[in-house]
Amino acid sequence: MEDLNFRHRTRARAAGIRTQAIVGVVASGNLEVLAERVLPDTECSVEIRTQAVGFGEVWSAVIADFVERYSPGGLRLSINDGGARPDTVSLRLAQAVRSMEAST
Amino acid sequence: MTTWQRQREERSARLEAGGRIADGKLVAAHDAKRLLEAVIRPGDRVCVEGDNQKQADLLSAALLGVDTSKVNNLHMIQTGVVLPEHLDIFERGIAKRLDFAYSGPQSARIATMLFGGKIELGAVHTYLELFARYFIDLTPNVALIAAVSADREGNLYTGPNTEDTPTVVEATSFKDGIVIAQVKEVVDKVPRVDIPADRVHFVVTAGQPFFVEPLFTRDPAAITEQQILTAMLAIKGIYARYGVRRLNHGIGFSTAAIELLLPTYAEKLGLKGKVASHFALNPHPALIPAIESGWVQQIHSFGSEVGMEDYVRARSDIFFTGLDGSLRSNRAFSQVAGLYACDMFIGSTLQIDLQGNSSTVTTSRVAGFGGAPNMGADARGRRHPSAPWLRAGEEADPDDKGLLRRGRKLVVQIGETFGDKNAPLFVEKLDAISLAQKLKLDLAPVMVYGDDVTHIVTEEGIANLLLCRNANEREQAIRGVAGYTDVGRHRDLKMVQQLRTRGVIVRPEDLGIDALDADRSLLAARSIKDLVHWSGGLYAPPSKFRNW
Repeated sequence: MEDLNFRHRTRARAAGIRTQAIVGVVASGNLEVLAERVLPDTECSVEIRTQAVGFGEVWSAVIADFVERYSPGGLRLSINDGGARPDTVSLRLAQAVRSMEAST
Repeated sequence: MTTWQRQREERSARLEAGGRIADGKLVAAHDAKRLLEAVIRPGDRVCVEGDNQKQADLLSAALLGVDTSKVNNLHMIQTGVVLPEHLDIFERGIAKRLDFAYSGPQSARIATMLFGGKIELGAVHTYLELFARYFIDLTPNVALIAAVSADREGNLYTGPNTEDTPTVVEATSFKDGIVIAQVKEVVDKVPRVDIPADRVHFVVTAGQPFFVEPLFTRDPAAITEQQILTAMLAIKGIYARYGVRRLNHGIGFSTAAIELLLPTYAEKLGLKGKVASHFALNPHPALIPAIESGWVQQIHSFGSEVGMEDYVRARSDIFFTGLDGSLRSNRAFSQVAGLYACDMFIGSTLQIDLQGNSSTVTTSRVAGFGGAPNMGADARGRRHPSAPWLRAGEEADPDDKGLLRRGRKLVVQIGETFGDKNAPLFVEKLDAISLAQKLKLDLAPVMVYGDDVTHIVTEEGIANLLLCRNANEREQAIRGVAGYTDVGRHRDLKMVQQLRTRGVIVRPEDLGIDALDADRSLLAARSIKDLVHWSGGLYAPPSKFRNW
């Protein structure tokens, strides 16, 4: 197991008013993302607990691209990773942001 | 005195020796070994029929059992090295030299034996290449083939899996060789004559059907969101852009996803009748929903697929069938069709390098080529025009050459940036090169050469290599769709941005595709059972694909 934490400044607040959402599942090659609206609008944090050790550099690149593209201001994203591929991680993060856009 | 019929005389002698074991042409299964000892001579070129689908399994086993003082040092010239017996005969000294095309399940063992010097390798071919050599410099002395049934005269019925048989028989029988067929049973009258009796010398009754592998069945339940996304990109960014009607699909999950998106996503885009109507393709179960929805007009097949027999029989407007109603496949003709009459090949691979060369070998496996290189290559001898072929040619060579400009076949590699066990699809150097060095081969086993590839599709987007004007642009176009692989992370950001502006790299959003819409609900069938329903109960999946 490895724990990784990333904190980014964001351009804008994540859309929507939903306060919490979960997407994905913890399974081999998959991951679960818990999104919570608990941070200031200009900040975002991603906390990762992963079964695959030694991929910090790739995680860093994936998270940086995600923040640049979706500007998830105000969100704390907690990831429980079962060794998912980077493209699956990107997809789940995007799904988490979209779930938070829901109006209820 | 010069004799000009030495081969014919030799065949007569062999037929006489074999005839002592036969009743007419018929030989009992337990006499198969004696028959082979009687007709095969040391050093003969022998073709045991087998490809990625059907196998002459009884005759393979019989060959393994022969007395090595009578039969030895054979030169095996077979398309498929698939059964353990195909390699056991080298361990026993029955065979010495090998020319082949495909070795799927034996790929690891064949590499070990080549490295250990147990096998003298001629070359690894494509199907069409090895078939061609059967008629020039690798003509079989003896062919061991597989059919469903025979009559007492030796007329053969191959059923839907005709595959390589007509080609092997043509080369052997018309050059004074001997053809031995294994059949499940001998009947009074065969349902149709796939091979005429005068080309068949002995018929061995196996009592059971030949072995067939269901290699072309992909369970829709295993298709991922990323594969759906790449399929959407391919449909909108390539099928629609070029108006591709005549094509061949590989066997991977990404192309299965495309097949299952035709009646849903592609239909919504208004593409029905404009793309994907004529195929060189095995009867893929995943294509059933598209066929049932009226997308597909015609399919010619290399071989059959287990469980698709009744469906094909009931859809003879789509497939090629015989008088008996069942599929007539033919690997050689379908390969030629894929090469010359299709405007696009799209398939997956294991590794792609910085110039677009691709390979399915790893350092410990020699998997062979099968047919993909013939599908995945520009046909330089092609002379008939079509809209997609002309457009691809124009993109590759925009200078105005008027009527002297050639067209180009679309050769598309599709896949996810990371494959099985997180292995990156993109690499600096192909494992195929290390393997060729280790085995001292003259050629690295490249499946599709970079200069034939026109597009690479991943979940990151499409790289259109036709629009690249030099090696550096090619490299950056490939890096630009390589995602978070090492190759992708070492991209030149500025150049990739320029390539995107020029349309060399196309991102999902450039096509109006949202990755979040790539959902399994878009698949016309989400399970094998759904495919059975679509087929009206005609598709009978093999038990390993049934979970009900």
